[in-house]
Amino acid sequence: MLKIENLKASIEGKSILNGINLDIKPGEVHAIMGPNGAGKSTLSAVLAGRNDYEVTEGVVDFLGKDLLDMSPEDRAREGLFLAFQYPIEIPGVSTTNFLKTAINEKRKYLGLEPMEATDFLKFMRSKMEEMEMDKSLTSRSLNEGFSGGEKKRNEVFQMAMLEPKLAILDETDSGLDIDALRLVSAGVNKLRNPDRSFLVITHYQRLLDYIVPDFVHVLYKGRIVKSGDASLAKELEVKGYDWIKQEVEAAV
Amino acid sequence: MSEPEVDIIDQVVSQEYKYGFVTDIEMDTAPKGLNEDIVRFISAKKNEPEWMLEYRLKAFRYWLKMEEPNWQNFNYPKINYQDIIYYAAPKQKIALDSLDQVDPELLKTFEKLGISLLEQKRLTGVAVDAVFDSVSIATTFKEQLKEKGVIFCAISEAVHKHPDLVKKYLSSVVPYTDNYFAALNSAVFSDGSFVYIPKGVRCPMELSTYFRINAENTGQFERTLIIADEGSYVSYLEGCTAPMRDENQLHAAVVELIALEKAEIKYSTVQNWYPGDKEGKGGIYNFVTKRGICEGAYAKISWTQVETGSAITWKYPSCILKGDYSTGEFFSVAVTNNAQVADTGTKMIHIGKHTKSRIVSKGISAGKSHNSYRGLVKVNKKAEHARNYTQCDSMLIGDRSGAHTFPYIEVNNNTATLEHEASTSKIGEDQIFYCSQRGIGLEEAISLIVNGFCKEVLNQLPMEFAVEAQKLLAVSLEGSVG
Repeated sequence: MLKIENLKASIEGKSILNGINLDIKPGEVHAIMGPNGAGKSTLSAVLAGRNDYEVTEGVVDFLGKDLLDMSPEDRAREGLFLAFQYPIEIPGVSTTNFLKTAINEKRKYLGLEPMEATDFLKFMRSKMEEMEMDKSLTSRSLNEGFSGGEKKRNEVFQMAMLEPKLAILDETDSGLDIDALRLVSAGVNKLRNPDRSFLVITHYQRLLDYIVPDFVHVLYKGRIVKSGDASLAKELEVKGYDWIKQEVEAAV
Repeated sequence: MSEPEVDIIDQVVSQEYKYGFVTDIEMDTAPKGLNEDIVRFISAKKNEPEWMLEYRLKAFRYWLKMEEPNWQNFNYPKINYQDIIYYAAPKQKIALDSLDQVDPELLKTFEKLGISLLEQKRLTGVAVDAVFDSVSIATTFKEQLKEKGVIFCAISEAVHKHPDLVKKYLSSVVPYTDNYFAALNSAVFSDGSFVYIPKGVRCPMELSTYFRINAENTGQFERTLIIADEGSYVSYLEGCTAPMRDENQLHAAVVELIALEKAEIKYSTVQNWYPGDKEGKGGIYNFVTKRGICEGAYAKISWTQVETGSAITWKYPSCILKGDYSTGEFFSVAVTNNAQVADTGTKMIHIGKHTKSRIVSKGISAGKSHNSYRGLVKVNKKAEHARNYTQCDSMLIGDRSGAHTFPYIEVNNNTATLEHEASTSKIGEDQIFYCSQRGIGLEEAISLIVNGFCKEVLNQLPMEFAVEAQKLLAVSLEGSVG
């Protein structure tokens, strides 16, 4: 699905990612954890194609294509989805209109006819039921005046609508209370299937109680310094990141 | 602003102006320049009665004594009024009773503009008056309108067929002494539309006039007069385009609306005159006076404008709220890109008691353009319990454009309630990236964001035109973000 080899990236001359290697297979859920400033959000931004970052080295293969060579919109159309840590407000544009545009742009890219309005609404209604979304949310302006929980649920709803092959969740748990966290996680779990992979980026272990990963990686100073299964997250919860930092420093 | 943002913003490049073609047709034109003979020439061409000529001459003599205004928030090179052709009409002598008699070249021109004058292809529910340079070419659905007693024809025709109405109302809202360009228009106006809706009649379809400037070096001076008699309703829409030419062309129209007791006039404009090239060469000077009066109680006038074209747009569609409980509305989207300038807004003059007005203005500036909102809310001494709500939002695209707001408020009655809200925002890289991460490309994203920003105004447009206006917004901003 996604194969990252020796990925290095910097912003304004400052190197943030210092050689990431990661292999995600279909259906797998990988969690990336790490202390603040480790490069977690940079990784998601670079994968999604945000142009503030300069990729200085490395290769990223996404379903047999050179991901880094694609524009952000083409990456999305190929099936990469990023659930934003801070979803952006677009006043006057309803979630419905936004998603209709997104889906039809993707269909155009794939050489398909645009979806008929009635088909789209039917499709959206079924997804709303599946994701237990409140009806009013889709007619309101995108993310405008949404609570933190509503924004994140809306991200997951968009994910359900766009049916990505790889979904990156960038600190989706940040700013959520426990009830919202549960709802959002339940949504994500519904979308898990053998063909869809997830990259869950989080600072805290608690999200991983709900979205149980197959693999956990610890990112520190722009490198993956430790990998394990879900139990590694538990260990981090108890011991914090310091022991990993010390291990890394000792190795140097 | 970070580097990448500047990059994005410098990237989008204008699509060519789609309506820039020229129709090759034999024209009957007045010699260049302006003097009393030209005024007489125009009047003679129209075979006008003496009173009309007298009116024109009075206006012309008044204009000679006036000076061009200079309080606006932009500069433009001095217009040489002797270098303009004031009358240009396709050579065609017969009175047009049927479309079979219209030059096929003209039909083709309007066809190309998406305005079909042919029976089978017409937009259902919309009657169109097509004005080509100085004359009205055809008015559709005349018969159907006649059944309801609605008069919809060229103003030159109304002068002959409905002189009483024209005499009574022409110049009653915008006198020729009003301003420099109104005086000029009164002297040389060539054609335009005339609408009369009888008492208690709800006009059965949208009325629409489509203006096309074609000839070189000509000015277009159309005159529109709409009278809604007691308890009637009409929705009227104007659209316009012009060929791409290197020189600036002057368009100085006057529009007068009269709404009698309990009548309602909804006037919508989708303005798409040629805006000039990217460096600001050529384009139309759109200097227009539009004003309506709510003459009777409970009358309502609503202006909606989507201004995307013209090198300079300079106009303030206004409402005089004379009747008690009358309402004035102004909904505006003004988009400027490249070197375009817009100085637009409205005037709401509250005279009657319990009069209400609402102003919603959305200005979008891209490129190195400047977009100003200028509005006056005036509450007269006797206007008890007047209310105004003004909302004025600006959106900047890129970092070289400007947005300006000049609100003027004059309140002479302390029972008035006025609210004013203003905001300025910027299309950010964050919004664009968010869209692109969902598979929405740059142009689509801008169009989506801008349309969202203008939604309140676009919602006011008649259905048939809202979609067109949305597309137009997208096209005018193509090339604005890079």
